[in-house]
Amino acid sequence: MQTYWTQLDTRFPQVAEVFEDCMTEALTALTPGGLNAYLEAARTLGKLGRGVEPMLAFMEAWPSVANVLGEDALPSVMTSIRAMQKSPNGNAIAPFLQTLAPVTKRLQSQEQLQHYLDITLDFMSRTTGSIHGHHATHPSPGLPDFLQQAPFLLRQLAVAGLRNWVEYGIRNYGKHPERQRDYFSLQSADSRAVLQRERHGTLFADVERKLDLYLRALWQDSDHLVPYSTAFDEVRKPVPYYDKLGIRVPDVFDDFISTEGVHISGLDRYRAVLAHIVGHRRWTCAQIADNWSPFQRMAVELFEDARIETLLMREYPGLRNTFLSLHPSPREDACDAETTSCLRHRLAMLSRAFLDPVHDYKDPALNEFVARFHETLGKGLSSTAEIAALALAYVAKTRRPSDQFAKIYFKDTVVDYRDDNRQMWKFIEQSDEEEAFEDKRKIEHEEEIKGLPPRHYPEWDYRSQTYRPDWVSLYEALHPSGNAADIDRLLAKHDALAKQLKRMLDQLKPQDKVRIRYQEEGSELDLDVAIRSLIDFKGGALPDPRINMSHRTSGRNIAVMLLLDLSQSLNEKAAGCNQSVLELSQEAVSLLAWAIEKLGDPFAIAGFHSNTRHDVRYLHIKGYREHWGDEVKARLAAMEAAYSTRMGTALRHAAHYLEAQQADKKLMLILTDGEPSDVDAQDERLLIEDAHRAVKELDHKGIYTYCISLDPKADGYVSDIFGKQYVVIDNISRLPERLPRLFMELTK
Amino acid sequence: MTNKGQYKVQKEPYYQAQGKEVALYEAAYRNRLPVMVKGPTGCGKSRFVEYMAWKLGKPLITVACNEDMTASDLVGRYLLETNGTRWLDGPLTTAARMGAICYLDEIVEARQDTTVVIHPLTDHRRTLPLDKKGELIEAHPDFQLVISYNPGYQSLMKDLKQSTKQRFTAFDFDYPNADLETVILARETGLDEATAGKLVKIGQSARNLKSHGLDEGISTRLLVYAATLIKDGVEPRDACRMALVRPITDDADIRETLDHAIDATFI
Repeated sequence: MQTYWTQLDTRFPQVAEVFEDCMTEALTALTPGGLNAYLEAARTLGKLGRGVEPMLAFMEAWPSVANVLGEDALPSVMTSIRAMQKSPNGNAIAPFLQTLAPVTKRLQSQEQLQHYLDITLDFMSRTTGSIHGHHATHPSPGLPDFLQQAPFLLRQLAVAGLRNWVEYGIRNYGKHPERQRDYFSLQSADSRAVLQRERHGTLFADVERKLDLYLRALWQDSDHLVPYSTAFDEVRKPVPYYDKLGIRVPDVFDDFISTEGVHISGLDRYRAVLAHIVGHRRWTCAQIADNWSPFQRMAVELFEDARIETLLMREYPGLRNTFLSLHPSPREDACDAETTSCLRHRLAMLSRAFLDPVHDYKDPALNEFVARFHETLGKGLSSTAEIAALALAYVAKTRRPSDQFAKIYFKDTVVDYRDDNRQMWKFIEQSDEEEAFEDKRKIEHEEEIKGLPPRHYPEWDYRSQTYRPDWVSLYEALHPSGNAADIDRLLAKHDALAKQLKRMLDQLKPQDKVRIRYQEEGSELDLDVAIRSLIDFKGGALPDPRINMSHRTSGRNIAVMLLLDLSQSLNEKAAGCNQSVLELSQEAVSLLAWAIEKLGDPFAIAGFHSNTRHDVRYLHIKGYREHWGDEVKARLAAMEAAYSTRMGTALRHAAHYLEAQQADKKLMLILTDGEPSDVDAQDERLLIEDAHRAVKELDHKGIYTYCISLDPKADGYVSDIFGKQYVVIDNISRLPERLPRLFMELTK
Repeated sequence: MTNKGQYKVQKEPYYQAQGKEVALYEAAYRNRLPVMVKGPTGCGKSRFVEYMAWKLGKPLITVACNEDMTASDLVGRYLLETNGTRWLDGPLTTAARMGAICYLDEIVEARQDTTVVIHPLTDHRRTLPLDKKGELIEAHPDFQLVISYNPGYQSLMKDLKQSTKQRFTAFDFDYPNADLETVILARETGLDEATAGKLVKIGQSARNLKSHGLDEGISTRLLVYAATLIKDGVEPRDACRMALVRPITDDADIRETLDHAIDATFI
């Protein structure tokens, strides 16, 4: 021991305290060569000048790490530490070593560890600040927090998921130290949102519809399914349950691989939970709990769970596989009744034996009650009360003094697809605890809500090719009103144009049935033509074979949404005339609205502008059900320009309304005078790419988008967003004339 | 004259009555009242009509209606020949002349202006005017008109005119209850009742999804297909997937749910 101590060459008193313990562990875990390397590494860490913590953490952690990964993982770990030491991030060494043991427990292989180290080092090099570009001088703000969270993160995420999560944080908060710390210490909302997205296993959100269909199809039941989070509550593991408000299920289920190697998918685990709950809802009637002890209640719950599962399996025999794979199968001799409370163990074995016809438990009491259980159920459905009586008999028969011991055997006794049975019990007496006094608490009046709550939309980040979840907040409202007469005046000014348009409109109006004559194949014989051709035939000439006709309906069925960009730049004077772009837009929109009203197509107008991602405003000017009347005109007259253009979000929100319209064709027109931009987006491509993405999404929804750009320099970006579906109007003074014509050409 | 014998139903079709429909139909036929049979697809409408034709010993002329069908497809049309034109009777005219039961299947599929031509045959007149030919046909005393349609489509465009509806007596059919359907499957295909019962159970789970993503549940006809496949030695799960699930939906979620129902039923 003394030689080892000399080799360690340290004078930290804290190390001396734990030295012997560490060495005993190391001696059993490590080979002599490994031991040597261990002491050498510890010595180096002691001489780093970072205090005692790195050395202490390493000495305690390494033997168990080496046990999992093998000794030869040491060099790569030491390389990482040296890299940290050389950069300004020396303060991260201690948390790195402190969490190394739990992290390796999750990773299980050197390869995985190497990935983890790569992520860490990459993170470090990308967030370490520098002044004037070349010297790394400021330590990475988020690294220590990240390392502290690492064990938790790896419990939730696979390494690939971890990489994505880290990547997201670096990209979005790389230049913002406080926010970066929030993100990596899991304090910020989007940090949690991205975590949730990257989790391994079957996410509830992905299978919600399937589960709903499952309930309806197989069980003729349906209820609101509410997920609860399993990620952040480590101590009090929540359990599925149901109440008046719905069925609560976890937000994620990992695939389950039983000891026999049977693979149960996350979806099937959800189904098992739902089937169990359906069983309760069908067959369990609540019992009065007051007179029973907790042990008795536990046994009754277990018997009842087994009863409904037996009935469920009667309905669908295939469920037996799922239940048996998910149900733990405790070994009979695993619990020592002399020293431990074996109650849970006994009940778990019994529960297993109820479900598994080929169990190999020898206990006579157990076998007796399994037989009685099946006998009771053999007669029919039985009932909660009858099975409770059986459970009480079992408790009376098998009670042991050791059941009261504080040391309770827990291993293999939790059946995780079962709910907490809260619906099984009725309590007659109110409890005399403090809650009784809480009834009279006053409900504080909340502030009046102004306007509608915000809607959140994701935004596309082209660099990572992912969505930023719930990134943008959009507030919608009715556009304030002005003076409707202004618009009438504008329309009067364009009287001549209106007449011209009216002629075009008349041609466009739908005529429902169109007869198509002279068809070789058609639905009906066209007698006139047929007789003519028959005469030709008789006269020896070549008859015309096109003697049929058919009908075609030409109904117009288009819903239109006109989206106006109301950003600041609209206030500028248009080139070549003395009106502002805003005024010209008003004129153009009025004429267009008038024209569409004449055509009778469903039509809505909305405007948008934005002031950072937290405040995108969407203003309704005309709804689909409103007519082109004074109210709409008044809103249009009050149009004002301000702020910036976050186009993608506005597109998504407008699509939300247009999508709800029932029409064969859906057309969204966007009238804008500049490229998408916002004050909080430094990268100018970002919002362009997002808008492009939004256009693609709309395309999937069957919405045709078309952009009318008033920006003479638009060619540089507009085709990136809208493909070929745009027109640039250079001569803005002719906009009032061009817009309605354009619309008609589009919808001809 | 067309050969009457070819329209006779030769062999007794298997039909399991769900209620009093057989006796009621016989009464309607005695009085030559037109009959309408409503119900979801594959619940046995056509089989019922076939069975009644056999039981009454009358010829049966079936017309499957479609959107492109015109009045002349029912009544008849002129054909051109080398030395002029020739009139060819349509199925409705043929039935009226020979005294057959004329069965217009899925009548709503035909356009509404087409269906109007049956009106004079359905009331006290019992005549069919052939305006193109200038002839008025008196219906044969044995002639009866039967139409069927599926009200499940719930489309405004595909409904019968009131003036058409109110010329018929009507039967409302639905899928038989579980026990009866099991018997039908077993009898029709010779499958054992236990397996047939399982098939019926899967069918019912799909019927629960009607209007939650499925337009129609699994029909008795599809269950018969599945039973036939199983009887032929196909593994039950494969047979169910092929005959019950794949035909009715393209929705991946529903397909997965029904596949699960199959796995949970056949172990």
